Amino acid sequence: MAETIWVYAEVGDDRITTTSLEMLTKAAEVGKAEAILLGPAPHDAAQTLAKHGASKIYRSADSVYSDYLTLPAAETVAGLIEKHKPSVMLFASSYTGRDLVANLSARLDCGAISDVGDFQLKDGSLEATIPALGASYQNTSTLVSQGTKLLLVRPKSFEPKVNEQPVAVEEVPASSDEALRKVHVKERVTVKREGPQLEGAKIVVSGGRGLKGEENFAMLKELADLLGGAVGASRAAVDAGWVPYAMQIGQTGKTVKPDIYIACGISGAVQHLSGMKTSKTIISINKDPEAPIFQYSDFGVVGDLFKIIPQLIEELKTRKGA
Amino acid sequence: MNIVVCGKVIPASTVTIEIDSNTKRMVRKGVTHELDPAAASAVEEGLRLTEKHGGAVTLVTMGISDVTIGIRNALAMGATSAVHILDDAVAGSDTLGTAKVLAAAIKKQPFDLVICATESSDSYSGIVPGQLARLLGIPPLSFAKEITVDGDKIAIKRQSESGYDVVESTLPALVAVSSGINEPRYPQLRGIMAAKKKEIKVYTAADLGLAPDQVGEKGAREKVLTIGRPPKREAGTVVTDEGEGGKRIADFLAEIKVI
Repeated sequence: MAETIWVYAEVGDDRITTTSLEMLTKAAEVGKAEAILLGPAPHDAAQTLAKHGASKIYRSADSVYSDYLTLPAAETVAGLIEKHKPSVMLFASSYTGRDLVANLSARLDCGAISDVGDFQLKDGSLEATIPALGASYQNTSTLVSQGTKLLLVRPKSFEPKVNEQPVAVEEVPASSDEALRKVHVKERVTVKREGPQLEGAKIVVSGGRGLKGEENFAMLKELADLLGGAVGASRAAVDAGWVPYAMQIGQTGKTVKPDIYIACGISGAVQHLSGMKTSKTIISINKDPEAPIFQYSDFGVVGDLFKIIPQLIEELKTRKGA
Repeated sequence: MNIVVCGKVIPASTVTIEIDSNTKRMVRKGVTHELDPAAASAVEEGLRLTEKHGGAVTLVTMGISDVTIGIRNALAMGATSAVHILDDAVAGSDTLGTAKVLAAAIKKQPFDLVICATESSDSYSGIVPGQLARLLGIPPLSFAKEITVDGDKIAIKRQSESGYDVVESTLPALVAVSSGINEPRYPQLRGIMAAKKKEIKVYTAADLGLAPDQVGEKGAREKVLTIGRPPKREAGTVVTDEGEGGKRIADFLAEIKVI
């Protein structure tokens, strides 16, 4: 009998997130894929999930799931897990996913594995691969607890594919327990972003501590514009307050997989590598020849980025003009 | 306000991490340790809140005796006291095992607020704070980039994909803070001297009422099957800029047909 694999589907920017569809695709390959979708969602959400392999969707459009963090969703998901006992449940390594997995793993006393890049089921036993980053070690892990295995899956681990299934949608009731309404989202603030979106950009030009200040990101913007790309940043640059968090690439931040990634003044800490290491081609500029980023680069230049980038910009302008 | 900060003391950033092939664990004994920078931010946030509202900050950590240096660092920053769970029985704990140990230790302290880092800088699993909140039965507030406390009300700015959310709850609560929430202070000489006299309570798992099969390797739900260095990515070309660096990159972009 096929194992049942659940995916916790998330909505972002008014659509089902790409990571949800990546996980569904994988789930449908391994077994019988089913999705949980809680909170307000676009009208074609169920259709999108079915198109990527979901044969069943447990659904509630109740706004309690978007107005209150973690607790209402954890309550509903825990109830569904206890009732239906799927073999595995996948969550994205997102804000919502991490909070839910943390709560559920403690509540169900089952543990969880973070940062999963791939997994397989052999005769009902799980083997998850946690890809290595930078100087760290790659490992495979399993969960020895009985019952549903909870995995936090790194974005961009799988290719989303269309694999349409006949789908059954089951409405699930939201809990009205006041005790679950403890963490209230009072306001959602959108920080304005300029230029193309990082997600989906073919070319990303990214800056780190080596940029030395907010004003120097203008240079990266110019370079990105010339290449038709988007600008990103390492955590160091965001922590320093030079650029908004929405631009952060890394473990906490966005995961990108562009054709070309140009890392400027980024040393290549594990935190950052996690968000960009699967880029097709990586180019880096750093003054330190020992910077770990060079080990991941297809082409690297050791030197002063304040000389190299302006020269590159001039060169691109000349060649474009030619 | 009584604040408990859970923080990890980890191998210093200068140390090359080695793995013991038998235990499949990080080698921690005999390695230079430091207070995780992420934990230092959590301590700093606790200190700032008590400076404003009064109260005390207690650091709770678990680890081998080598981690004392990091505990002293938090005390030198200004934490009032510390709790150290020091027991071979807790070695090899997975995230949930860690959360169970920390929860049991925290329950022995009076607390209004628990502050954790979002994730440690050596393992990044990022789920211990949420597990801890569940085990303590208090609201979890995560990814905080700002904390405001007013009476028994707490509000945070929580990072989101598109900006931030203003999230409210009531104390007691747990907050996991993002890196960059603050710039942790450096201990001053006076703080370092004072730290020597501050109390570090040491507990074993048994002191906390935890059975050996609940924690450590025996209690771990997650078992590491294999571990090893990843295959090396084929090294690319690295050149040193001798005045032509920008042009060389343009050449490379032309070579792979981007321009």
